[in-house]
Amino acid sequence: MATFHFDLVSPEKLSFSGEVDQVDVPGVEGDFGVLAGHAPVVAAVRPGILTITSGGTHQKIIVLGGLAEMSEKGLTVLADVATSIQDIDRAQFAETIAEMEAKLAEKEGSELDHAIERLDHFKSIEHQLGSTAMH
Amino acid sequence: MASLKDMRVRIASTKATQKITKAMQMVAASKLRRAQTAAEAARPYAEKMDAVISNIATAAAGSPGAPALLAGTGNDQVHLLLVCTGERGLSGAFNSSIVRLARERALSLIAQGKEVKFFCVGRKGYEQLRRQFDKQIVEHLDLKSVRQLGFINAEDIAKKVLARFDASEFDVCTLFYSRFKSVISQIPTAQQIIPLVVEAPAANAGPSTSYEYEPEEDEILTRLLPRNLAVQIFRALLENNASFYGAQMSAMDNATRNAGDMIRKQTLIYNRTRQAQITKELIEIISGAEAL
Repeated sequence: MATFHFDLVSPEKLSFSGEVDQVDVPGVEGDFGVLAGHAPVVAAVRPGILTITSGGTHQKIIVLGGLAEMSEKGLTVLADVATSIQDIDRAQFAETIAEMEAKLAEKEGSELDHAIERLDHFKSIEHQLGSTAMH
Repeated sequence: MASLKDMRVRIASTKATQKITKAMQMVAASKLRRAQTAAEAARPYAEKMDAVISNIATAAAGSPGAPALLAGTGNDQVHLLLVCTGERGLSGAFNSSIVRLARERALSLIAQGKEVKFFCVGRKGYEQLRRQFDKQIVEHLDLKSVRQLGFINAEDIAKKVLARFDASEFDVCTLFYSRFKSVISQIPTAQQIIPLVVEAPAANAGPSTSYEYEPEEDEILTRLLPRNLAVQIFRALLENNASFYGAQMSAMDNATRNAGDMIRKQTLIYNRTRQAQITKELIEIISGAEAL
């Protein structure tokens, strides 16, 4: 299977760099899978779980928003925050969600919409974390 | 003339100072290594961000609906100078050279009849600018309690700047920091961040790839521009941090050497005085014996 180069960078470090078979990216307008030879695309990334497949192994990384760029050189994801699923502190994550919920009351208008949208993304990540932890 | 005892005390105290500066130099060296690694780790992200932005922005800059962060407010009456300095001194000219650059810029802007506002990040810059521009400083921020500079600190600053921009408090924002070139050379730099100055993609890069955008280009741009602001500030903070330790290291190296010179000189004088005194005593004894 053809592979392509994939870089996952966050402001603080280069989280992942290497040849991969497939990357599933949570896009703002829906998840999309990237294989070698994908058309050049720039897409915004929503908070979600990014899956890297290489040599039959899967690696799941939580990204909290960002940008994906596919060019002939490969795929680059600029993530606001990138945490491997093993490393994430679930208690702290739940705390973040609780905090966001508490802050909802202060917001209004389009800011409220954004906050609700973001909260939903976070909740769906937590849900997925819960379901993957079971098996 | 100082007595021998005074001289001994003085030499001992210079030695103690030398020990301190030596230790500070070593601490700065090890922190510099960490700061440099952090600055390097942040580079790929900033570079990619630059590439993507310049790709999209060159296309969007000409269009009438371009966001204000890119196109500007169409005015350049009010300038915000975002001055990033260190929290501590004892680092040679590090803080004052950044402040000097910002001050020169401010004075030349004022001479042109523009209005200038300051946003100080870091205690030292605030203290120096306060003397001259107390009323123009609209905000200042200490990063003293921050042990490890995180992206979140930069985001914080970016948010504050953006809030002021949205409230139309200024038209142009310039970032002042010290670029880390090497341990002995840090260059105070001014970089305009609002409106963003986009470098045209290199001409030899060939035809740029035509991307598909998801969602639309302008929507990506509106998401990206505030983010880019934070990235630029983050990069400036990291560069600053590395520069600070570099400057401190060379300042402390100088101080250690100076202390060494001083100890040598003082020891020489001390020994001469001591010998002179012994000679004097001997002469007294001999002439006393001769008189008998």
